[in-house]
Amino acid sequence: MGKRTIIPFGPQHPVLPEPVHLDLVLEDEIVVAAIPQIGFVHRGLEKLVEKRDYNQFMYVAERICGICSFGHSLGYAQTIEALMDVEIPKRAEYLRVIWHELSRIHSHLLWLGLVADGFGYESLFMHTWRLRERVLDIFEKTTGGRVIFSACTVGGVVHDIENSELSGIVAVLDGLASEYAELSGAFLKDTSVNNRLVGVGVLTKEQAYDLSAVGPFGRASGLPYDIRSIGYGGYADLANFVPVTSPAGDSYARCEVRVKEVLASIEIIKELVAKIPAGEIAVAVKGAPAAGSQVVSRLEQPRGEAFYYAKGNGTKFLDRFRVRTPTSINIPGMVTALAGCQLADVPMIVLTIDPCISCTER
Amino acid sequence: MSFATKSPWIIHYAATSCNGCDIEVLACLTPLYDVERFGIINSGNPKHADIFLVTGSVNEQNLPVIRQIYDQMLEPKVVVAIGICATSGGVFRECYNTYGGVDSAIPVDVYVPGCAARPQAIIDGVVTALGVLDAKSAAFAQSKKEAS
Ligand code: SF4
Repeated sequence: MGKRTIIPFGPQHPVLPEPVHLDLVLEDEIVVAAIPQIGFVHRGLEKLVEKRDYNQFMYVAERICGICSFGHSLGYAQTIEALMDVEIPKRAEYLRVIWHELSRIHSHLLWLGLVADGFGYESLFMHTWRLRERVLDIFEKTTGGRVIFSACTVGGVVHDIENSELSGIVAVLDGLASEYAELSGAFLKDTSVNNRLVGVGVLTKEQAYDLSAVGPFGRASGLPYDIRSIGYGGYADLANFVPVTSPAGDSYARCEVRVKEVLASIEIIKELVAKIPAGEIAVAVKGAPAAGSQVVSRLEQPRGEAFYYAKGNGTKFLDRFRVRTPTSINIPGMVTALAGCQLADVPMIVLTIDPCISCTER
Repeated sequence: MSFATKSPWIIHYAATSCNGCDIEVLACLTPLYDVERFGIINSGNPKHADIFLVTGSVNEQNLPVIRQIYDQMLEPKVVVAIGICATSGGVFRECYNTYGGVDSAIPVDVYVPGCAARPQAIIDGVVTALGVLDAKSAAFAQSKKEAS
């Protein structure tokens, strides 16, 4: 047995913009254990429901995370609507899903770029982010924001997208898909890239199941677990939804799942654009959640399943609001995948759970 | 400022940022916005950096981290607070675990508003910081001359 050393990693690290700290226990170059420490981003926003009423809190909920911002605003809106028994117009449901899927594309492209940076392929990082800007342009045109949109509201959505504009979006996505083919080839077929990914940071299917890994992290270990399949909101009208999975459980598989999900999202958007009904985009919501009413709702964020819980008390201020985000449930899986890897692979394996520490700590 | 007198390197730390401003900082480094054309390079080492970009506000746990990075940077140095969280605490200012903007931990030279701050605004902030850096360098050189 070699000598044991402990190396601190983060919270400020050039490869990883996310402030997480790991104590890496090393035996020579091999990581035998990784002990995570979080709390650098904790703000305590769940307690803010006591000072912001349920409409104002929409803006706080959206800022749980700037990458999954739309997902969180959707999750919050969905929860409050269920709490108050509000049914929203069909068109709003479709628009929500379209923005949500666009967010997934931007989030996955962002991740693919970061992982390229993580394994030292700078130009691939730059090209991936160049493509991502096209999606951000769509956001900017349709909502005015690039990463935070404030497009969701309790009762529907704030902006409509004209049908002609929707077909414009589809055209942009088609253009993106053809350029994307070249990039995804680099991630999945390039030998030097594969050398960095294949067999690195393995999480087996059993481990993924035992540790409840969610999202692409779990699906890359072969767990076909995707909340979109329960058909919330506009997803209910999809003809056919099959989660993307891959069996190997290594970094390559996690890359593969995300690469394919981008294309799947484009398909979902196309299908919904073709089917979108005309009509209102929001209903007026009056009153307050009843005393003692409580609701749990969930949705599939780009990183996996997120839970929302809200409890009313008869006033405009909620009694309790709670979020459980994908990264917090994926940390045990990440620590397991790290055990036994080389020190040089640590940043990449940490990246492959697509950590969103801001969500985790709220 | 017609030209920059040096190629300033930046270091970036995400305090309690929601990631919105962070990814915009990263977007500034990528082809569309490309701050590298000003000779700016993102560095991970505080001792290499001239400009400290902080996103998000200050809380109990990251206060020492922010101070530590700042203290490790060599003079002259400039701090840019990016986004409304870094400026004042923003939507989170009333949270129990938020002290407020970055200036509650270290002195800040340039404030970039916005939630999320747009890349254009961030670049504007960084370019403003270059001016501050030049002024500080001049003052620093002067004080060294006087001391010798
Ligand atoms: S200013 Fe807005 S986008 Fe930036 S970190 Fe704060 S909440 Fe997020």
